[in-house]
Amino acid sequence: MNSTVLLTIISLGMLAAIAAVILYFVARKFRVYEDPRIDQVQEILPAANCGGCGFAGCRNFAEALVAAESFEGLNCPVGGAETMNNAAAILGKVAAAADPTVAVLKCNGAPASRPKTSRYDGPSDCRIAHSLYLGESDCSYGCLGNGDCVRACKFGAMYMDKATELPVIIDDKCVSCGACVKACPRSLIELRKRAKKDRKIYVACSNCDKGAVARRACKVACIACGKCVKVCEFDAIKIENNLAYIDAAKCTFCRKCVTECPTDAILEINFPPRKVKPEPQAEPATN
Amino acid sequence: MLKTFPLGGIHPPENKLTAGKAIETAGIPASVSIPLSQHIGAPAVALVKKGDTVRTGQKIAESKGFISACIHSPVSGKVNRTDSLIDTSGYRQEMIVIDTEGDEWDESIDRSPGIKREITAAPAEIIKKCHEAGIVGMGGATFPSHVKLSVPDGKKCEVLIINGVECEPWLTSDHRLMLEKGEEILVGISIMMKALNVTSAMVGIENNKTDAIDRMGTLARSFSGISVHALKVKYPQGAEKQLIKALINREVPSGRLPVDVGAVVHNVGTAFAVYEAVQKNKPLFERVVTVTGKSLARPGNFLARTGTPVSMLIEAAGGLPGDTGKIINGGPMMGKALTGTSVPVVKGTSGIIVIPAADAERSPAGPCIRCAKCVTGCPMNLEPFLLMSLSAAGHVERAGSNKIADCMECGSCSYICPARRPLLDYIRLGKGSYIKLLRERKLKN
Amino acid sequence: MTSILNVSPSPHVHGTETTRKLMFGVVIALLPALFASVFFFGTGAIIVTATSVAACVLFEYLIQRFMLRKEVSITDGSAIVTGLLLAFNLPSNTPLFIIVTGAFVAIAVAKMTFGGLGNNPFNPALVGRVFLLISFPVQMTSWPVPAGFATGYTDAVTGATPLAVIKEGIKNGESLSALMAKVPGTVDLLIGKMGGSMGEISALALLAGFAYMLWKKIITWHIPVSVLGSIAVFTSVLWLINPDIYAPPLFHLLAGGVMIGAIFMATDYVTSPMNPRAMIIYGIGIGVLTVIIRVWGAYPEGVSFAILIMNAFVPLMNTYIKPRRFGEELKNG
Repeated sequence: MNSTVLLTIISLGMLAAIAAVILYFVARKFRVYEDPRIDQVQEILPAANCGGCGFAGCRNFAEALVAAESFEGLNCPVGGAETMNNAAAILGKVAAAADPTVAVLKCNGAPASRPKTSRYDGPSDCRIAHSLYLGESDCSYGCLGNGDCVRACKFGAMYMDKATELPVIIDDKCVSCGACVKACPRSLIELRKRAKKDRKIYVACSNCDKGAVARRACKVACIACGKCVKVCEFDAIKIENNLAYIDAAKCTFCRKCVTECPTDAILEINFPPRKVKPEPQAEPATN
Repeated sequence: MLKTFPLGGIHPPENKLTAGKAIETAGIPASVSIPLSQHIGAPAVALVKKGDTVRTGQKIAESKGFISACIHSPVSGKVNRTDSLIDTSGYRQEMIVIDTEGDEWDESIDRSPGIKREITAAPAEIIKKCHEAGIVGMGGATFPSHVKLSVPDGKKCEVLIINGVECEPWLTSDHRLMLEKGEEILVGISIMMKALNVTSAMVGIENNKTDAIDRMGTLARSFSGISVHALKVKYPQGAEKQLIKALINREVPSGRLPVDVGAVVHNVGTAFAVYEAVQKNKPLFERVVTVTGKSLARPGNFLARTGTPVSMLIEAAGGLPGDTGKIINGGPMMGKALTGTSVPVVKGTSGIIVIPAADAERSPAGPCIRCAKCVTGCPMNLEPFLLMSLSAAGHVERAGSNKIADCMECGSCSYICPARRPLLDYIRLGKGSYIKLLRERKLKN
Repeated sequence: MTSILNVSPSPHVHGTETTRKLMFGVVIALLPALFASVFFFGTGAIIVTATSVAACVLFEYLIQRFMLRKEVSITDGSAIVTGLLLAFNLPSNTPLFIIVTGAFVAIAVAKMTFGGLGNNPFNPALVGRVFLLISFPVQMTSWPVPAGFATGYTDAVTGATPLAVIKEGIKNGESLSALMAKVPGTVDLLIGKMGGSMGEISALALLAGFAYMLWKKIITWHIPVSVLGSIAVFTSVLWLINPDIYAPPLFHLLAGGVMIGAIFMATDYVTSPMNPRAMIIYGIGIGVLTVIIRVWGAYPEGVSFAILIMNAFVPLMNTYIKPRRFGEELKNG
């Protein structure tokens, strides 16, 4: 009995010793040198692995940061300036200034303003609906409402509004990783500069059809009438492809274009109510 | 034992309600909308502008490039405008809208009733005439026919295969055409044989059209080199590669064209259009459309001008039933659902199928039970279950190595799936991404 | 404007086949074997089958409803099939708590933990059976002797299966010819007059089920034929080498669980390969492993182990063994 126990202990112990020796040599032979700073930088990254920086994950981004000569063009949209400054401190470099951005939906075609002309009866997947036909309304540019962007969002910053059948972006949760931008087959989501108090003024339409066609399909479509361009004192608005676009860098949030727009295609969000305003305002889609 | 293709295939209910209905003329609509892209390839370029007067058969849009087709006015009248309207593809495209005034045909068109059998045109002239007449594949794929009639250098066509299969359920337009215009079709086949420089042509017809097989067989005796073959009924026998396999037992290699195995395939409808273009100088501006559906009062086969609104054809078939849930342009397996009845008939419209609301809904999809019915049902012997999951997950590269590009979108997998999974929907998506990827790669190199 | 039309991608028609129809097709195909076992084992067969099916369906319902909190899909019939197959793999006098345990392992462990129908790598009924075989070896190998309704449920006279008789005998040095006299003859094996698990005994009833499934196109011939064929070939070779210690091929085919294994267990949709080429390789693998376990292994019966082992190779086979695709080999003759 005793000898059995003893033998067991000895044989197992020898096995362990042999394995340890083998492991030691294998580990030495196949050791890969890694810059310890990669681990340090990865520590301070948000670990969301969202791909918003353009790399596959936070580890890859950390490697890129360590390897990079300068931080030009490298930015973690989730962590923002604070994370980038921390990383710069570890690596002894200077973080490039990048404005924080937030996602906005360039379509405001709720069924009330964009009447349905057909019913999509396929898999709930925008990519399939988009490759099939122009969508449930007559607008071939607008939101298809199957929620690919919501499924792509890893931060719970989007949900589908049941009444408008449009996705809603929750500003506080949006980290502007850009997953929704990639997911949308109609490229309806734009990452715009985040202003103070999350104020936004943008053209909530992507319809490039001629004015008459666009208007027929949707009441709140941009018809490229050019009134906003004329009223803008800061040269922030341009019309290309029958569609107005407000340059966030130039926009001063004066809100003149919003009142001028005949189809209410320009939205103002998170502004205090206007004091003297006889005519009714476009209802903001978010918040 | 009748010939057929060996792999996969399905047997959907045939529902050929209109097989016994003679072709009727649908009449001339008050206004037509002519899309500039009714074919595969580059859209045609409009030759007319607002206010121009046009005659029936006059060329109103010029083909742009080799793979493209000319477009002719189906009516005489005045060009009202060009507009961006929804077509059968479900997207907007530029259309020429013409208001009809009378029906004055272009003088170059021979409107005499007799059949002209003697072929005087030389091969090059035949191909040119087909190009000028805007002839495209009439089976629904609408590939410009003059391209398929020009054999590339270094390749040789040995046999012309004529597709009279009409394997799509419901449709009977080719069937009726073979019964009523058999001789013209055979002359058309002879013309195409001359253009391709081949001595034999084989007409494949599925065995559910015995009257057409008899009729074409009898008529073909007085044409040299044309033989008519009965085929076992199986979908998708009308697919080019499957038809070649069934008739001459050759497999078109993956990613290659039929001409690589010495065959060129044309539809019977195309043969008829070629006859009209070459012998009668009549461009392609009308075609036979089967308008059918269980709820229609008077389903039938109609000779309709292109640009005719679908609503007019449905009116001719007894009017749109109130319970309509879906309207399909083409066959139920590969056709496209229409967004409304105002869309115009185009060169590829082989049928309009009206489906009642009760049959128009898809059943909800269940989990894949891995029964492998999609694998055994696929005529290309692909693995649809795998291609679907790869496509849905965006693994385009792996989908490509599993031959997603060989999928011809026949729909057999979706049809047969007991869990009603949307196999083809996702495969189509993945196939599109893969082809796009290949093209981008080609551009880079 | 007319009413709003539906727009969906093609195809716009669908076959009449559904998952439920397929599953109930399998149930119908299993009925002859059920009748055979009721005929030979009486009340016990009914009790075991009813308990197993009810337990499987109940576990599936409970898990879907209260643990996963998703839509309950017990109406698709897959749990019924699992329950039937599990019952068919048990002796007709199995105590109820063992059956319920087996059903729990089959549904909860082997099926639902992997994500439910369509995702389980191993055949649930077989996992349940093998779990019971290892956990309750005595109860799982005391087979009632067939005596119709005279066979009681708890007080049945038990005996060994023909395979066990042969295995034990060979080990004890008895000659095969003497042993063959002790086991039922070919006719009895065919109709199922022998000791064994409830569903496996009657080869004829199982073959009738096979014919039905082929006719209804529920399964293809590939897997059953390659399993049976490879067993026949392998045992023939052994038998020809030394007929004194190796049993004849027909005996191997008809005794034990080969028939139910080849026809119903190996062909389980979820756990079998998905193209004909791989199916044949899978079938041959099962056949060869079965014979190896039976002839040289510790257990007299090896079908369930063979199938579970081959189940493990299915994902690999699906990845590396591809169907011959159209136009793949150049045949420009």
